Amino acid sequence: MQGPTFAAPRADAILLDFEGERRALAQYEAAGGWAQAKAATGRAFDEIVQELKDSGLRGRGGAGFPTGLKVSFIGKGDRFLVINADESEPGTFKDRELILRNPHALLEGCVILCNAIGAKATYIFIRGEYATEAEVLNAAIEESYAKGYLGKPLSGTSNAVDIYVHRGAGAYICGEETALLSALNGFRGQPTAKPPFPAVSGAWKSPTLLNNVETVATVPYILAMGAQTYQALRTEQTTGTRLMSLSGNVQRPGNYELPVTATYRDLIDGCGGGVAGGRTMKAFIPGGSSAPILMPDMLDTQIAVETTAAAGSMAGSGAVIVIDTRTCMVQFALRVADFYRHESCGKCTPCREGTRWMVELLKRVEAGEATMDEIDLLVELCDRIEGKCLCPLGDACAMPVRSYLKHFRAEFEAHIDAPACPAGPASPFGALYPSLRRTLPVVPA
Amino acid sequence: MSDSLHDAIQAEIAKYPDRRSAILAALRLAQAKYRWLSPEAFEEVSRCIDLPVAQCVAVASFYDMYFLEPVGEHVVEVCTNVSCALVGAADVVAAFEMELGCSLGSTSADGKVTLRPVECLGGCGWGPVVSIDHRYHEHFTADDVKPVVAGLRTSEGGH
Ligand SMILES: Cc1cc2nc3c(=O)[nH]c(=O)nc-3n(C[C@H](O)[C@H](O)[C@H](O)COP(=O)(O)O)c2cc1C
Ligand code: SF4
Ligand code: FES
Repeated sequence: MQGPTFAAPRADAILLDFEGERRALAQYEAAGGWAQAKAATGRAFDEIVQELKDSGLRGRGGAGFPTGLKVSFIGKGDRFLVINADESEPGTFKDRELILRNPHALLEGCVILCNAIGAKATYIFIRGEYATEAEVLNAAIEESYAKGYLGKPLSGTSNAVDIYVHRGAGAYICGEETALLSALNGFRGQPTAKPPFPAVSGAWKSPTLLNNVETVATVPYILAMGAQTYQALRTEQTTGTRLMSLSGNVQRPGNYELPVTATYRDLIDGCGGGVAGGRTMKAFIPGGSSAPILMPDMLDTQIAVETTAAAGSMAGSGAVIVIDTRTCMVQFALRVADFYRHESCGKCTPCREGTRWMVELLKRVEAGEATMDEIDLLVELCDRIEGKCLCPLGDACAMPVRSYLKHFRAEFEAHIDAPACPAGPASPFGALYPSLRRTLPVVPA
Repeated sequence: MSDSLHDAIQAEIAKYPDRRSAILAALRLAQAKYRWLSPEAFEEVSRCIDLPVAQCVAVASFYDMYFLEPVGEHVVEVCTNVSCALVGAADVVAAFEMELGCSLGSTSADGKVTLRPVECLGGCGWGPVVSIDHRYHEHFTADDVKPVVAGLRTSEGGH
């Protein structure tokens, strides 16, 4: 039992190019911190937008939306900046490390963006479980007020910025932007239909810019090195570096900051030392549990947004999960589907009912109670969920389950009429089910 | 005694353009005081934030971190999501069940510890992850369970 362990910085790192933690403001200043916020006060909105567009920066929260373009959409009126620190996509733990090690970079990014769009306040929506991380942010914020970076205008602007930490209370769906805003506004954290988009009507019905922690923490570094230098490190459609969360059956799990030109093999074998215990990889997930699974023959895919999409999956939140050959994919599918079933907000039928039925069917397959038809029924269920929900959570359940059925159909079929799971007790999920089964829902026939 | 909760909630309300936004913080503070969100706790939140009790319950029931039923003095939450499961969360769950003599999702007979499964806590590369009274413990193994439970049994409630 110990705390989080941080990987050593890599030569081409930008955000985490140092050892250990840089929580004190003085440390951050000594490394050049806050120079960009001061320098940027003289720059017009259009100039900052252009710099971000030129940098090619894409959102790191999951959707990969171009950041400069998003900033340019902000509507007129009293504007707010909201930071998405909800980080709940299974496999993802990079924003947490960023907050623990480099919190001031996030705060400086907030001030730069607030001054650019004329927002007076930032709300950092952090998942409720991150108690220590909320304290680290609050300490950093307090120091920044004392130093005059917050609460009063920097020289060259009349805009004073306040930053508040808003803690969530345990709900994955609050990472979805409209659900996050419902929660921030004091309602149940359920998504709302778009339009209106947050850029027009978000926090307290005001125009709101909403970005991920890593996205905003990158902004000062882009201004420091210049958009041209930043974007020189690129694939066709993705630029810069990404914090990749590596977990599962791998020798050295952890967060690694890699250029977007790196491949999944560079991450898993190069940084992570390959599969743990000399075992064999069965498959890997490239972008959090919502992402379709990829087979080992896709390891040479680059981690960029468009390259991962071309390989048949998505770069998502940059969370790579390595699975070795001991795991039963039916049990894995059940665990993933039950997560989405639990996190469905219940607002729309295909997701609320579909995820429950998916769990129920997978439970039957896992227990050897299903018939062959029910495997086809699972595929049909994916068809009935995908593209038919109000927010992407329904798809986030159907897409990965469909991918397991596609790549491992034989394993599902092997459960039909089987007295026990063919993977036997070696599957790490097997031992969990006696405990978890009680918490799974029972759908009336 | 109630006044300190009232004051803490007012300080949260001051952070927002609309007092309603302080509901999550108000519920968290009330739970810290009462250990769970009892009818009394909801009454107090409702009064402090000026929202009907039904609205407060509607919000609270949406989230995993609010306890709508009494819980033990301590709460042990084991991540059972995929990354932790791949590296041995099942062994940690089994060890806790054995040591506490209660199953996942219930409270030990002495009322000291509630054991519950939780979804990904955001420590996947440092798993298995266990949160005890809302503080994380990474790289948790079955061997850690005995001393941790012994410590919880002899200490006052802390979540
Ligand atoms: C179900 C769901 C969960 C999400 N969870 C997160 C999250 O935890 N953190 C995050 O930054 N974005 C999350 N997103 C993406 C956000 O909706 C949004 O696109 C993102 O925060 C925008 O910031 P960016 O452009 O900087 O990436 C989630 C989306 C969905 C549909
Ligand atoms: S897709 Fe699921 S989570 Fe999203 S709005 Fe519909 S029910 Fe809620
Ligand atoms: S899967 Fe356990 S912390 Fe993420």
